[in-house]
Parts: sequence; structure tokens; C-alpha cells
Amino acid sequence: MAQTEIKSYNLNFGPQHPAAHGVLRLILELSGEVVERADPHVGLLHRGTEKLIEYKTYLQALPYFDRLEYACPLNMEHAYVLAVEKLLGTEVPPRGKYIRTLFSEITRIINHIMNTTSFALDLGAMTPMLWGWEEREHLLEFCERASGARMHMAYYRPGGVAKDVPPDLLDDMYKWCDGFEKFMVDMVSLLDENRIFRQRTVDIGIVSQEDALNWGFTGPVLRATGIPWDLRKAQPYDAFDEMEFDVPVGTTGDCFARYLVRMEEMRQSLRIIRQCIEKMPDGPVKADDKKVTPPSRPEMKRSMEALIHHFKLYTEGFKVPPGETYTAVEAASGEFGVYLVSDGSNRPYRCKIRSPCYAHLQGLDLLSKGHMLADIPANIGSIDVVFGEIDR
Amino acid sequence: MLLSAEQIEALQELGQRIASALPDAVRETHMSKDELVVSVNRHDIVQVLTLLRDDPNCMFKQLVDVCGVDWPDQDERFEVVYNLLSLKHNQRVRVRLTTSEDQPVPSVVEVFSSANWFEREVWDMYGVVFSGHPDLRRLLTDYGFEGHPLRKDFPLTGTMEVRYDDEQARVVYEPVRLTQDFRNFDFLSPWEGALDPAVDAAARALPGDEKATG
Repeated sequence: MAQTEIKSYNLNFGPQHPAAHGVLRLILELSGEVVERADPHVGLLHRGTEKLIEYKTYLQALPYFDRLEYACPLNMEHAYVLAVEKLLGTEVPPRGKYIRTLFSEITRIINHIMNTTSFALDLGAMTPMLWGWEEREHLLEFCERASGARMHMAYYRPGGVAKDVPPDLLDDMYKWCDGFEKFMVDMVSLLDENRIFRQRTVDIGIVSQEDALNWGFTGPVLRATGIPWDLRKAQPYDAFDEMEFDVPVGTTGDCFARYLVRMEEMRQSLRIIRQCIEKMPDGPVKADDKKVTPPSRPEMKRSMEALIHHFKLYTEGFKVPPGETYTAVEAASGEFGVYLVSDGSNRPYRCKIRSPCYAHLQGLDLLSKGHMLADIPANIGSIDVVFGEIDR
Repeated sequence: MLLSAEQIEALQELGQRIASALPDAVRETHMSKDELVVSVNRHDIVQVLTLLRDDPNCMFKQLVDVCGVDWPDQDERFEVVYNLLSLKHNQRVRVRLTTSEDQPVPSVVEVFSSANWFEREVWDMYGVVFSGHPDLRRLLTDYGFEGHPLRKDFPLTGTMEVRYDDEQARVVYEPVRLTQDFRNFDFLSPWEGALDPAVDAAARALPGDEKATG
């Protein structure tokens, strides 16, 4: 009998591939159908955000953060404004803190809906995406009502938020929460017990706890291995220390565990949203420091001083005392950090953006080695990559 | 996140402990905005990070980030900053070192696997060389890109632009041509700077000052 020899060969996956969640070029070394090495080539979406930020004032740099992880924009902004506030030493009023906490959780749900449903789509299930998108649209509408934009909100400001939420918004959100609970039940019935979904995710892409720490994994990917680490609990910022919520962990560290952690996180986010609305304090939404936050429109029309402040803030911007800080928040995909260096001028000297997906994608080789080619989309989907943030 | 007094004290103690454990490697430790910063000698970085990872009082099991900063006026113009996180003690530490274009920094990939891409990015963006790195390729820039974009002397607009050429039916690379110069506004105000004793006289000088002094 003639012996057939299977030669290993390279496969180019992407850069334009619907299961790559963006522009990812993946060079796969295959032996038959088994992946021996996965080498991601990133940077196709590299826009030089960090360089651009160095040429903008602190306020002008803020909208760039929406465009990093466009699936959960407000988490990115949150890290930046916290870093600037830390350097400035600005104190945010309670209502500002609560609104920021509330919208952080809203974007977390936006992100998790997008991630879990498109993950299911990658594995052949179309319905979750269609259902999930409907809920996501409600949330984007809330964001639009608060900030004026559906996706790139640019809503947070150093010192608070841009403006207060409109009067009925909080009531509508509260009503929406009940409907979302029902949606979650439907979602679970679609996927959790689904035979195909389980076959494609259980025991795929297992990460051990040591590997997860060594490779810098954070967020749901780390928690799926069983490490209960959440920056909202461990190093609480804004109003998270006043919230009651649990940190879900997985046990197996595979794709299915990561999916389950995200599903449970959505329920926990819902709890936080409800608590925020119930406990929402009254008062101003931004710090009363006229050198940092702009005056109100009516005030500007009457007071010469307010007009000068307004003019100075939107031309020169505010100056930040020299210093440096690494400030991190728990974004939907993991630890999102901003390393901000100020030289005392009105523009950041250096703003390094630490993106969670970057570390996760780096570990794709670790996840995929020895798996079949068809498991690659499952692995990519489960680590929640967004290229706006990886390439920056 | 605001740290409590005990947490700040614990960080200061940790700084002293690191400095006494590796007196030859650590140049100095200080607190900056309630964050512990450890400055080390370039060639000792592997030793320092290994200690931080394995010492039971440190247990910094995660290398969260490595990044470069460019200070063109300094002798060793590049600063490489390592941000570490200890899940056990809930602490962060920042380790930093300085280097120049032709001084390689020992790679820490052996200590933390996550350093691989972070170091590749620093090489790509600043041109800092890491010795002993298994795969020091460019990461974020284009294939065949020249220069290191995050250096302060690299122009914001870049040097090359690409477009699709219909006649040649391919993407062509051309030097950047701007119809309008990039405008860089100087916001230094004579009213503010002139009175600030912290600003030295040379930095305070504005165009037109020579008229006043004659």
C-alpha cells in the first residue's frame, strides 16, 4: 500500500474574514487540519492614536478613546478621565460618579451582547445575533439620549460627565431592565444546552491559571480559569464600592466557560444598573472647578468671567501638573489601562493605551495549538478581540 | 482608585524591601501619585522582574504592560516602563529603566510571556532593541515600514502615503504631500508664564521679547 505523507503547509486567514472580528491576518501553520502555529499579523487598523493624542489637548484627546474599542466605548473613556483626574486631583461629585458607573455597565452589556452573539454566529448560530441586536439597539438609544451619539458617545469628561441625563431616561432604563431579564432567559435557551454550540466550545482553547497570568490575560478570559479577579471589586473606582454584585468565575477555562462568564456578567451588570438608578443622588454632574470643567451655557451668556473660562478651555484647554500615572479600569474585555505622562503643558506628553485584547490575541497561539482549523473562529470569538483597540 | 493610608504604607515598605533585596540593581524607589516607581539599571531588569514575580512578599504574577517614552533631551533618551500587577497583594508597581538607540535592553520574555508583543511594539514604535527576544519583528506598522513613529522627532503626518493607482492597477507609495502645513499652536501665554517663578527665563522667552530689552 502506498503511503501518503501529509505535509504541513501555511494558510493565510484574513485580513478580510468575517470570523476574524475585524482586520486580522493570521498565518496558520497546519499539519493536515491541525494547527501547529498561529501567528497573528496585526496593525492593519493602526492609526497612530497614541501619537495623535500627543498633539491634542486633554479634552480633544478624549473622543479617540471611543474609537479604540468601539464595542464598549465608555469603558475606554472611563480609564482616560480617571487618569486625568488623578493627575489633576479633581474630585467628581456623587451624581457624576453614579452616572459614569451606570453607563459603564450599559456599555458592558452592549459589548457582551455583541461578543456572545457574534461568537455564536461564528459557530453557525444566527438567531442569537438577530435577537441580541434588538436589545443592543435599545441600549444604544439610551446612550444617544444621554450623549447625542449612539456609539462614539464622548460623554465622560475629566471632572464628571458632559451633561446630565434627560429627565425620563432613568425611568425608561429601569423599565427596560425587566425586558432584558426575559431576553436573557431566551438567549440561554438558545445556546447553553445547544448540542452544536457545546460541541464547538466545550474543551476548546483551554487556558490554565498559570498561563493566563503569565500571558497577561484579564477580564472574562482570566475569570473563566477560576481566578476571581475584577478591578471593580479589587480596586474600585467611582461608585463601584457602593454597588452589590458578584464576580462570576468559570472552572474549566475553555471557550464555553468564557461564554458563560460573559452571560453571568450581563446579569450582574443589570443588578448594578438597577442599584445605580435606585440610589442615584441629586446634584451637579461635574466638578465645580472652573479651570477644568466648562461653565453652563446660561452662565456663559451673563458672566464675563464664565465667558473667558469657556474660551480658554476650548482653545488652550487646561494644564495638567507634571506627573505620571497608570490608571486601569475593568473594561468589558479585561483590564484597560492608560499610562499618562504629563509635562505640565496642556497636552499629554505620552499616553500609552494598554488594551486587554492585545494580550489576549497574543495568546491565540497558546489557545489554538493542537486544535483543528475549524476551532480557530471559536477561539478568536471567545477572547473578544476588537481591532480598534489592538492596533490603536 | 484612592488608596487607603495602610495601602500606601505597604507600597512604601515594598519599595524599601525591593531596594534592600537588590541594592546593586535598583537605583531608587519613590512614590508618584500613590504609585510605587522603581528605577533600575538596564542590565539588571531580568533579575528585578524575576524577584518581583517569585518573592512571596511581591508575587507580581502579571506583567500588565511595557511601554516606551521618548525624552529626546536626555543622554539616554528612551525610557522603558514595565507595569506589574500582584493579584495576591492587590498592588501595582512600575519598574523603569533608561536606554538609548544603540544600547540593547535584556528581553524579559523568559520571565513573562506577555512581554513578547509588548517588546515588539516598543521596538516598532521607538526603535529600542531588546537582546535575547525570540522574534523581534515589527508589529503594528506596515510591512517594509521605515522609521519609528512614536519618537518625538518623527512627524505626525508620517513620511509616506499610499493610494491605489488606476493606471498601474496597484497600490503605490509616495512621499506625503500636504496642501496646507500642519499647524502647531503655541498656547504659551505671556501673562501666565512671565510671573511664574517655576518657569526658567529661557522657557519664558517669547518671540518679540528682544524688543523690550533692546
